[in-house]
Amino acid sequence: MSVDTAKEPQGDVVSSGPGGLEVQPAPHLTDPITTRRLMLDVIIALIPAFLASLVFFQWNSLRVLALCLIGCLATEYLFNRVRNKPNSLSDLSAVVTAIILAFSLPPTLPWFAVLMGAIVAIALGKMFFGGLGQNIFNPAMVGRAFLMVTFASLMTTWVAPAAEPGPPVPTDRVEAVTAATPLAQIKPGDPERPLPETWRLFVGRTAGSLGETSVIALLIGAAYLLIRRTIDWTIPFGMLGAALAFAAIAYLAAPGKFANPMFHLGAGSLVFGAFLIATDLVTSPLSKSGRVVFGAGCGVLTMVIRQFGTYPEGVMFSILMMNALAPLIGRWMRPTPLGGKARG
Amino acid sequence: MITNTIKSKLTNKKVFPRGVHPHDFKEQTRDRAIEAVPWPKEVVIPFQQHIGAPAQPTVKPRQEVKRGEVIGTAGGFVSAPVHASVDGKTGPLTTVLTPVGTRVSAVPVQTAEISQEQLEQDLKDFLQPQGPVKPADLIEPEAIVKAAAEAGLVGMGGATFPTHVKLKVSPERKIDTVVLNGSECEPYLTADDRLMREASGTVVRGLMLAMRAVGAPRGVIAIEDNKPEAIAAMRQAAAGYPSVEVAVCAAKYPMGGERQLIPAVLNRVIPTGGLPLDVGVVVVNVATSLALAHAVDRSRPAITRVLTLTGAVHRPGNYYVAIGTPLSHVIEHAGGLKDDAAEVILGGPMMGVTMPDLSTPVTKGTSGITVLTRDQVVRRQETACIRCGRCVDHCPLKLMPTKISQAVKHRDLELAKAYDLMACCECGCCSYVCPAGIPVVQYIKSGKAAEMRRRAREKAEAAKKA
Repeated sequence: MSVDTAKEPQGDVVSSGPGGLEVQPAPHLTDPITTRRLMLDVIIALIPAFLASLVFFQWNSLRVLALCLIGCLATEYLFNRVRNKPNSLSDLSAVVTAIILAFSLPPTLPWFAVLMGAIVAIALGKMFFGGLGQNIFNPAMVGRAFLMVTFASLMTTWVAPAAEPGPPVPTDRVEAVTAATPLAQIKPGDPERPLPETWRLFVGRTAGSLGETSVIALLIGAAYLLIRRTIDWTIPFGMLGAALAFAAIAYLAAPGKFANPMFHLGAGSLVFGAFLIATDLVTSPLSKSGRVVFGAGCGVLTMVIRQFGTYPEGVMFSILMMNALAPLIGRWMRPTPLGGKARG
Repeated sequence: MITNTIKSKLTNKKVFPRGVHPHDFKEQTRDRAIEAVPWPKEVVIPFQQHIGAPAQPTVKPRQEVKRGEVIGTAGGFVSAPVHASVDGKTGPLTTVLTPVGTRVSAVPVQTAEISQEQLEQDLKDFLQPQGPVKPADLIEPEAIVKAAAEAGLVGMGGATFPTHVKLKVSPERKIDTVVLNGSECEPYLTADDRLMREASGTVVRGLMLAMRAVGAPRGVIAIEDNKPEAIAAMRQAAAGYPSVEVAVCAAKYPMGGERQLIPAVLNRVIPTGGLPLDVGVVVVNVATSLALAHAVDRSRPAITRVLTLTGAVHRPGNYYVAIGTPLSHVIEHAGGLKDDAAEVILGGPMMGVTMPDLSTPVTKGTSGITVLTRDQVVRRQETACIRCGRCVDHCPLKLMPTKISQAVKHRDLELAKAYDLMACCECGCCSYVCPAGIPVVQYIKSGKAAEMRRRAREKAEAAKKA
């Protein structure tokens, strides 16, 4: 009997090639889900909303998305290159950031603003912290917040979606027709205009950011993510639940002053935020209970800003604010080990 | 996971929260009846096959030994004697590599011939021994503990804790239930499944003896629902005993861990840092139970065992093997490794240890040999933690694995302990689900080892001062 049969081939026993047998730590099986696959799932989930945006905002939808992709991917590539770090584009997280950012921008935003937002999202939002996994704030929301401050008026210039089915409206004409978002319409001081019907909000034929308007398309993507277990119910449940509860209480207390909860659900980016932005894995708490609290915080803050703030929409600020609180929530909402804390 | 829990409630199957569902790969060997492997030319019997002090060798080189003869006596209370597993002649003492990477002393034994008929008769006696036995209630508990100690019984599921220590319960402890662990949650392994199907009566006999030894009025046989034949066989074998019931568990990893099995079956939670004893329970593995029946009824020591050899081998199956048989001999008997074999694992793929050296002997705790192919062992590159929380969501002990592993990585043992480093049961669900390919449980294991070294140092320093 040879001492090391792994290295000295002996009949049929060892035929594993010149490298011999491998030594590796357990477990020796792994779940096939990788970081790349998680990101790919999010990209797939965003496809229905992209198609909806193509219908409503046509050429502009493609233009903004392409610019975001160029800005985000180039920035990440350059950062890694300059710092002599391995290229990380293949994890697809920069693509996700680009799409989320694009979907949260007004369709007519000029090219330079879009590019700057994309660069800031990746540079300031992600690479400054050390890349994927290290960032505190959602990169796409960092980019958008930067644009909100630097290009305030461009960021609040909205166009009406393409007209009802029929002959396509020339693009240059669409760009000329400005319109208010449904949320801006309920702000005091806005000229009295009839609010869009609820069905319109859910289909997405309203003025607004590229990808946020069609609640139905977003829900199709969200269902895919939930079925694939890429996201779980915690954050959407917390965020939508808290926002709707808040809206319902306000509406019941003063129906004339506040819009009804279904309006709030359909308008703006509440659904987009709840399923696709706040659920960002990196910037939300680790534990289930923590994620419910995180989501609820996003929901309440969104409604506070919508109803009492200067801005018509509060999803971005609420998510950024809760991102900052996520580490703290993680500390408070630590799961207790099964069997209790160790004694001594 | 919620759906899973609801499903289990509806189907009345026992389940624990969290954990993972790896494909079980059991189809390869589940229908392969236990087959005896002829004795190799030489067995190498390690003197430490258990947790605790090594056994003290009592044989000289070139000494004739008989099968079942003591060749090493227990080195303390938490220890176990070692017996010759074959007839033959000893060689000079040597050392062998253990799965944990240390070398322990061992004795080689040149084996005498054994005929195929003898071999098959031995297997038959092992699975279904004939002859009358005393009812368990008429045997003194001390006699059972003594028989287990003398037979060198250890936990044969892989933990290898000396069985007599487990069964010797101090009188102030009240044990009300013995759980027979037939869950066999490791993918690939089917040895316990086969034992429950082919030796159900003997396994139940072992359970009755264990219950008698610890004074427990109740026995629960826990089996995962992916083993319907074993469930049927054990139900039949236990039919005559009103104190024994079969609990059907959902197939989920790590169901076989004590900290998952006891909550699932009895709805009791073992306190962190505690033992099943603390909640009035003793858990015995199927193979150990069988060995206990042999030890008490026939004074037969732990000299053989059944293991599953599966994966990339030509003839996967369940094999009856003498302790000390080199892995290479068992693999040769099964037609050898396939061309794409890349990794030989002692045990199952979730918690087993890779063994590059196939001269390593089968020991009392070797429940299986799993051979994985090159395609299966593609190592994932470790990338940054994306804080997805999957390890937290799946940890059956409700720990925060990524927090512990990052603390260990940054050599902050205090922080790791604050996240309950020492509570980890090393099941590996965290590494299994990690999308970033981080060997989470490996970091945690190294952190636990560092903490154990620190404690040992502290103890040594305190002793020096005193």
